Amino acid sequence: MNNPSPNRLDRRTAIKWMLTAAASMAALEHISLGAAGGPPVPAKGYGTDPDLLQAYKPGDVWPLTLNPAQLAMVVALCDVIIPADAKGPSASSVGVHLFVDEWISAPYDGHGADRTTVVEGLAWLDTESRRRFGNPFVNLIASQKNAICDDICYVPKAKPEFATASQFFKKFRDLTAGGYYTTPEGMKDIGYVGNVPLAAFDGPPPEVLRKLGLA
Amino acid sequence: MPLITSSKTQPSYDVIVVGSGAAGGQTAYTCAMNGAKVLMLEAGRNYDPVKETPMFQTNGTAPLRGERTDEKPFGFYDSTVDGGWQVPGEPYTSASSAPERQFWWWRARMLGGRTNHWGRISLRNGPYDFKPYSRDGLGMDWPLNYEDVAPYYDKVEMLIGVYGGNEGLENTPVSPPGVLLPPPRARAGERLAQARAKQLGLPVIPIHRAVLSVAQDAANIPAKLHPNNPKAQRVLAEAMRARQACFWATACGRGCATKANYQSTTVHLPPALASGNLDILPNAMAREITLDAAGKANGVIYIDKTTGAEGVVKGKVVVLAASSAESVRILLNSKSARFPNGLANSSGKVGKYIMDTVGASLNGQVPLLESLPLHNEDGAGGAHVYVPWWLYQEQAAGKLDFARGYHIEFGTGRQMPGAGTSSGLEWLTGGSYGRQFKEDARRYYGSQLGFAGRGEMIPNDDSFCDLDPNVKDKWGIPVLRFHWQWSQHEIRQAAHMQKTFAGLIEAMGGKVRTPPQKDATKAIEPGGKIIHEVGGTIMGANATNSVTNQWCQTWDVKNLFISDGGPFVSNADKNPTLTIMALAWRSADYMLEEMRKGNI
Repeated sequence: MNNPSPNRLDRRTAIKWMLTAAASMAALEHISLGAAGGPPVPAKGYGTDPDLLQAYKPGDVWPLTLNPAQLAMVVALCDVIIPADAKGPSASSVGVHLFVDEWISAPYDGHGADRTTVVEGLAWLDTESRRRFGNPFVNLIASQKNAICDDICYVPKAKPEFATASQFFKKFRDLTAGGYYTTPEGMKDIGYVGNVPLAAFDGPPPEVLRKLGLA
Repeated sequence: MPLITSSKTQPSYDVIVVGSGAAGGQTAYTCAMNGAKVLMLEAGRNYDPVKETPMFQTNGTAPLRGERTDEKPFGFYDSTVDGGWQVPGEPYTSASSAPERQFWWWRARMLGGRTNHWGRISLRNGPYDFKPYSRDGLGMDWPLNYEDVAPYYDKVEMLIGVYGGNEGLENTPVSPPGVLLPPPRARAGERLAQARAKQLGLPVIPIHRAVLSVAQDAANIPAKLHPNNPKAQRVLAEAMRARQACFWATACGRGCATKANYQSTTVHLPPALASGNLDILPNAMAREITLDAAGKANGVIYIDKTTGAEGVVKGKVVVLAASSAESVRILLNSKSARFPNGLANSSGKVGKYIMDTVGASLNGQVPLLESLPLHNEDGAGGAHVYVPWWLYQEQAAGKLDFARGYHIEFGTGRQMPGAGTSSGLEWLTGGSYGRQFKEDARRYYGSQLGFAGRGEMIPNDDSFCDLDPNVKDKWGIPVLRFHWQWSQHEIRQAAHMQKTFAGLIEAMGGKVRTPPQKDATKAIEPGGKIIHEVGGTIMGANATNSVTNQWCQTWDVKNLFISDGGPFVSNADKNPTLTIMALAWRSADYMLEEMRKGNI
């Protein structure tokens, strides 16, 4: 199960996505890869009594399954969604791509559907990149990546031909965010300052209460 | 006396307690501290929160960033071991295939049971809650009053440590001076809700939770709880001094290595063990209760899960504290010529009137809470405030289309990020990505909140459990089959909850993420989802229509008691755990006195 799906669209998937893109065929607009799903990757989970004190990293409990080409695309797309800025590093620099791989390789209910969404979404993204710009996604320049992402970044406003791709992007953005904001760098970036022992809990500081009109 | 294995059990005990959670912990504590020799059977493994709790682990070090899975349904770091709505090899069945008629049965196979992960919300039933039939003609009255239970609420609150306030609102009892610990200050979102809820008539007050906001008074409480019992006082004082006050980090659901919150394994069991009067036998799955020739209970047959072998232990009194449904199962599996329909079931009421809590929720986002100055809102690892039921007068005046009330629980704050943090933000951001997304994530973090209603279900004839005639678990024990049906009271109450929450979110200047359900059957959570299952062995005033008397003593077998939620006659909106403990203590006091008198 190391390479369960090629990076390029297989024929059946390609037809499905093309049908979805055929916007005038209203009846087909509702094809949803997520709903179609698929079984999760068969592997053993952590069981009902895992060691909670051990520190885990992706791949420790079940094997990661994306192939190198897919993983390179995950790195690239994660960093389009969460690039480095003044307050925090990029997603891939803190290993978020490995979390995405862990997630879609997990043996639990629901993860098979996410796997289908992500793997087929990556394949679509690569095909779309080649179609528009003659290059695989990982080789596109920022403005080219953004041109595609702008078309798929918001489900309610995506054109019918991008309906399925926008569902993929939504899922992928959620995974990227969850992976990033749970790292030490991501927690700092978002402004989480808890998880430290305190002698007393004093409630919101005065500047917070003033902002809320409660001071 | 310590943790033991099957081969180390004594030939006989004064009391055998089946279960180690809130009920079993309290029963064993009361008995052992008063000198009775107690054996506790627990179906799960031994569990030590001091050694096993992930206190400061962040979600980044957990598989799947700590997100819930089938194997850890409350998330990776939840303390539950070998538990959930499904337990491998230990199924239950449903009489109906209709989705709305399913009951979800939560179990935790571990020492301390569900007390390790519970929400620690510790609300007293009020006077109305014991006499619901007298007030509105629905359900049944309890064979006791608030005044009968109040002294035991006092004792339990002092023993386990509960923070909270004493506002004296209707049917929301106050505790005597010195019993409660000071409540923590409200968080930003809780404060804002408090200010804005006033215009809707909703009182936002400190919630009661079993968390030590300050250290317990180990110098004085033991003498109050155990007068004329110097040994118990000494043992308890030592146990109390081993508990730390909350240090305002780490969610309570993980358990607590510093014993700052209540779980049976850190509060009830250590002093009970230190008394020298308690043996605990883990991995012992109780199957049936044995009777002597006179029809008195004299022991318990169990399966030793470590070997699969059957074992028998003997005792003068048997107390079921296995969780309300599991206790029903043991009774129904204890068939004999004398009790062909299951033990203590001459009334035919064993398994009847199971109840859960009505649950519904709604989420929203409040712009005032965006981009707040950074501050730490971990707090007491759970809510600091809540809204008790506030519409008693309107309900009495016939202005509501359902009976019985609910309270409102809050989910607010800048909580430790998890796998879902900043997911699904596009309803606010319009689908941003890149640097704009990072700005948006910072802006909206902590501005989203949720309200959950927890309401009273009225017992009904269509919600019960019996034995499945065909299915057995992996130990060869027949399993429970659940029958479930909400009435219109519960469904309409769930609709009222969502409308109230929408109003509250709007009063805070916010907007709801999805509007209240038009079809209220979609608003209500499935039965059992809230994990407040009670009933099934209800108490009553006579043997024909109930399983136990007001002392949780079965009518049919004088030395058989049920101290879990099974004897509950109603399921008030108040979370049941505190009442389970108060009734268990009261029952144990009565039982010890009856033993002293030679009546049992």
